[in-house]
Amino acid sequence: MERARSVTKKIGKIEFSLLSPNEIRKMSATKVITADTYDDDGFPIAMGLMDPRLGVIEPGLRCKTCGQRVGKDKCPGHFGHIDLAMPVIHVGLIKTIRNCLRSTCRECGHLLLTDKQREEYFKELKRYNQEGRNTTYLLKQVIKDCVKAEKCTRCGREVGKIELDKPTSLRENGKKLTPSEVREWLEKIPDEALPLLDINKKSARPEWMILTVLPVPSVAVRPSVTLQSGERSEDDLTHKLVDVIRINQRLQENRDAGAPQLIVEDLWELLQYHITTYLDNQTSGIPPARHRSGRPLKTLAQRLKGKEGRFRSNLSGKRVNFSARTVISPDPNLSINELGVPIRMAEELTVPVKVTSHNIDWCKQMIKQKYLGSDDHAEYIPGVNYVVRETDGMRRRIKVTEKNAEDVAEKLEIGSSIERQLMNGDIALFNRQPSLHRMSMMAHRVKVVPDKTFRFNLCVCPPYNADFDGDEMNLHLIQGEEAKAEAEILMKVQENILSPRFGGAIIGGIHDHISGCFLLTHKDRKIPLDDASHILAAINYDGKNFKTFTEDGKKYISGKDVFSTLLPKSLNLEYKAKACFNCDTCQAPNCPHNAYVIVKNGVLKQGIIDENGIGAFKGKILDRIIRDHGMDAGREFIDNFTKLAIASITLFGFTTSIDDEDIPDEAKKQIAEGIGKALKKISGLVKAYEAGELESLPGRSLEETLEMEIMKVTGKTRDMAGEIAGSHLGMDNSAVMMAKSGARGSMLNLSQMSGCVGQQAVRGERISRGYQYRTLPHFKRGDLGASAKGFVASCYKSGLSPTEYFFHSMGGREGLVDTAVRTSRSGYMQRRLINALEDVKVENDGTVRHAGGQIIQFIYGEDGIDPTRSMGGNAVDIDRIISDVKEGV
Amino acid sequence: MATEKKHFNIMNHKLVPFHMIISEKEREELLKKYNIEPNRLPKILDTDPVSIYIGAKPGQILKIIRESHTAKEAVSYRLVVESNK
Repeated sequence: MERARSVTKKIGKIEFSLLSPNEIRKMSATKVITADTYDDDGFPIAMGLMDPRLGVIEPGLRCKTCGQRVGKDKCPGHFGHIDLAMPVIHVGLIKTIRNCLRSTCRECGHLLLTDKQREEYFKELKRYNQEGRNTTYLLKQVIKDCVKAEKCTRCGREVGKIELDKPTSLRENGKKLTPSEVREWLEKIPDEALPLLDINKKSARPEWMILTVLPVPSVAVRPSVTLQSGERSEDDLTHKLVDVIRINQRLQENRDAGAPQLIVEDLWELLQYHITTYLDNQTSGIPPARHRSGRPLKTLAQRLKGKEGRFRSNLSGKRVNFSARTVISPDPNLSINELGVPIRMAEELTVPVKVTSHNIDWCKQMIKQKYLGSDDHAEYIPGVNYVVRETDGMRRRIKVTEKNAEDVAEKLEIGSSIERQLMNGDIALFNRQPSLHRMSMMAHRVKVVPDKTFRFNLCVCPPYNADFDGDEMNLHLIQGEEAKAEAEILMKVQENILSPRFGGAIIGGIHDHISGCFLLTHKDRKIPLDDASHILAAINYDGKNFKTFTEDGKKYISGKDVFSTLLPKSLNLEYKAKACFNCDTCQAPNCPHNAYVIVKNGVLKQGIIDENGIGAFKGKILDRIIRDHGMDAGREFIDNFTKLAIASITLFGFTTSIDDEDIPDEAKKQIAEGIGKALKKISGLVKAYEAGELESLPGRSLEETLEMEIMKVTGKTRDMAGEIAGSHLGMDNSAVMMAKSGARGSMLNLSQMSGCVGQQAVRGERISRGYQYRTLPHFKRGDLGASAKGFVASCYKSGLSPTEYFFHSMGGREGLVDTAVRTSRSGYMQRRLINALEDVKVENDGTVRHAGGQIIQFIYGEDGIDPTRSMGGNAVDIDRIISDVKEGV
Repeated sequence: MATEKKHFNIMNHKLVPFHMIISEKEREELLKKYNIEPNRLPKILDTDPVSIYIGAKPGQILKIIRESHTAKEAVSYRLVVESNK
C-alpha cells in the first residue's frame, strides 16, 4: 500500500554562531554611554538607554534611525552597544572557554596533540561528517586526549591545570586568569585547530566568547511603562543595563586615573557580576540581582526559560479568539450533546458565513432581525456583529448597529461575509483543564440560555472530571465548515462515550441517576398509574399502553416495566448487579437479593438497575446498547434514563441524614463488647511480646510480628463493627441504598459513621511518632497498646476523644500531602510523555510512525486493535459470542 | 580460554527475544511492504550483545520475534548501525 506522504520538512541543520565585536559595532545604531533614560522634561537622552535611535515605542513618533513609526510601517527597533572598559567572560560560553583552554597551549595556541594524533582525528572527523554521524563523542575524546598531555609538542611549554570556579572565573595551576589573559590565549588558537574544538571557523572565533562590546537591545524589547501617577517604570533589562553602564564608567575612570590595582580589580569583578546577571539571573553560585522591592530581576535567560518563558507561554501556547470561559453548572434537562451558553456570551461570539446567492435573503434577515422588535423578549434572537466586504483586495469591516442595520442589510452583496452571532445548534469545542485525555475536549451543540454559566448534562462530568464547586471551563467556536464536520464526526460527546483507556463507557449514570433507577426497579416497586404517567411524561413516552394490575381498586404499573420502556426490543442480557452480596453459594437466576438482572427481549424481567447497569465505567446495559445499536442509540438511552431516573427520584422522594446511621442500643453494646475483646487481645499480644513469648513470623523481626498481629486485630475489629452496624441498617435506609447501588459512598463510610473508625495509619504503620517513646504525653512511654498507637474505637457519630481526634488528623494530613505530591509529580511525568509522543500516529498501513517517518511499531499495539472498540481491552468478547450462539442469535 | 566457553549464552535468557538476520530477498520484500528506506526502521547497535552474538554487520536488518501481551507474538525489524565506539 502506498503510504500517503505528509508534507513534512526536515530541518537540515541549525547553525549557532557568535557575534564578533566588529559585527556588534556595525549593527549598532548608537553607542550608549549615559546610564540615564529620560531628562527632567521627559525627553530621552541622546546616547542614553532610551535614545530615539534605538527605535520608538510611542505611537506617532518617528524612529531616528529608519524614519518609520511604530504603528503602521513598524519600526522594528535597532541595537545599540556599550564599549566595555575591560573584557568580560560570557557566562553562557564558560564551558566552551574551559575546553578551549584545556586543549590548547598557552604559549603557541596549538592543540596539545602529537602530529600523528591530530592527523588521525582530522581524518576521523572527515569520515564522521561524510557519514552524517554525530561528532559529539569524537570531539569529547579530543579534549580528553589533550588534557592528558604534559608538554606542548610544538613549543615545549609545560601544560598547566585549568580549573573552573563556577560561574565565571578560571585558574591555571591555582593562579587566577583575568578575562584579558583568557582573551589573549584564545586569540592565539589557529583557525586550523577550530574544527577539533567543535567550533565552525566560518561563524566564530574563540576570543569572541570574551565580551569586549555588549549589544544593547532596542527599546521595543524593553519598553518602559507609564503608571497612572505619571511615573515611569522601566523594564528589568533597562535596570540591569543601567548598572552595567555605571560600573563600566567607574571602571574606566579609575583605570585611566591610575587607581590602585586592587580597586580596578574589584570594579572589574563587579562589571563581570552585572553582565553575568544581565544574561542569566539564575546562575548558580552568585546571588540573583534584585529589584528595589526584593523581587529578583527577569533578565534575558529568564525571558526564554520555563513555563512562563517565551517558548512555552508565547510560542507553544497562545491566547485565541472566538473562545470563552465561565463557571459551569448542571442542567439535567439538556442532552449530553448539548451545552448551555449564556446569552451575553452568544452575542459576543461570532461565526463567519459567506454570502451566496442561496443564502443572501437569510443573511439579510439575520442582519435585521435582532432590531425588528419582537414581542417575545424571553427568546434569544441571533444577530450579526459585522459585515465584511472585500473589494479589490481591500477589506472593509462594518459594525452592525441598531441604526444602520436596515441600510447594511439592503446593501449586502454576494461574496461578502457576515459575522453571525452564536445560534442554537452551532458546534463548539468544550474543554476543562487539566486536559489529561482526549475526552477533556469534546464538541457540543450550543443551546443559548439566560444567566451567566455554562450548563451541561451531569453525565458528562466524569470525562471532564468536572464538579460544580466553582469549576470554570473553556469554549472554542468552530469557524469553518470542514472543521465543523470533523468535530461533529470525531469529537461530539456521543462519539466519545466509549473510552480508549479501557474500552468501556466513560459517560453514564452518576449519583441520582443510579439512585433513581434503583428506586424504580428494586423489590417489586408498584407505581400508581397517574404517578407512572408523570414519570413517563419526562421522556415523552408515546408507546403502547402498559400491563396494569389492580389492587384495592387502584391501578398500578410495575417499576420494572417503566424502566423497560427505554430498552431496545432486541436486548437480551444477564448479569450480576452491584447490589450482589457475593454469597458463598450463588443461586444465580433465583437471587434472594434481587441482584441477578435478566433482560429478555427488551423487558427487565428481574433484578435491580444500579451502577452495574447504567453507571459510568461499569454500566452493562449501557455498554451493550452502544455496541449493538450505535452511538445515536447510546446517546438517546443516556438522555432518557437520566430524565426517567430524575423524574422517579423526585416523585418517590429521597433523603439522607444523620439518623440514617442510627443503630439500636443493643447493636452499640455488641460493638462495644467486640472492641473490648479486641483491646484485651491486643494487650495480651503486647504482654506476650514483652515477656518474650511471642513467636516471630517467618522473615519478620519480633517487633514487626507484633505490629502485624495488632494491625490484623484492629482491621478485623473495624470489619466486625461494620458488619454489626450494617446488619442493623436495612435496604430501606437511604444511605445504605446509595452505598449498595453504587450511587455514592460505601459501606465502609457507613460503618465508620455508626460502628468504629478503626486504626489510623501514617506511612502504612500504626502511628508511632511524636514524643520520645510515645505518641502523645497522654500515654506512658513505651506503651504499645491500641489506643496509644492510633486506634480509634469511637464512631464519627458518637464523636472522637481528643487523642483519637489527633491521631485521625495525622492520618488525614498524610492523605492530603500524598495527593498534592502525586498530582504535581504525575503532571510532570505526563508532560514529558506527551512531548515525546506528540507527533506519533498510526498510518494507513497500520504502522505507528512519527512525523519524520521513522517506524515506531510495525502494527499498532502489536495486534492492531483499537482499544476503544475492544471489550475491556480484549479484541474479542468470547463470553458474548458463546451466549449468543447458545441462544441461537 | 576455558573461561570464555563458560560464558552465559544470552540468547537463552528469557528476556532476550528471538533475533535473526534476514536474507537479501526478505529485506527487499520488507522495504517494499512498508515503502521505506532502511534508515526508517528502528535501530540496533552493532555493539549490542545480541548483534555481536549473531554476527550482525552494519546495514543488515534483524528480524525480532517478541512475546506480546496483546498479540501472542509480535514481529519487528531493526537496522544494524555502527556505534560511536
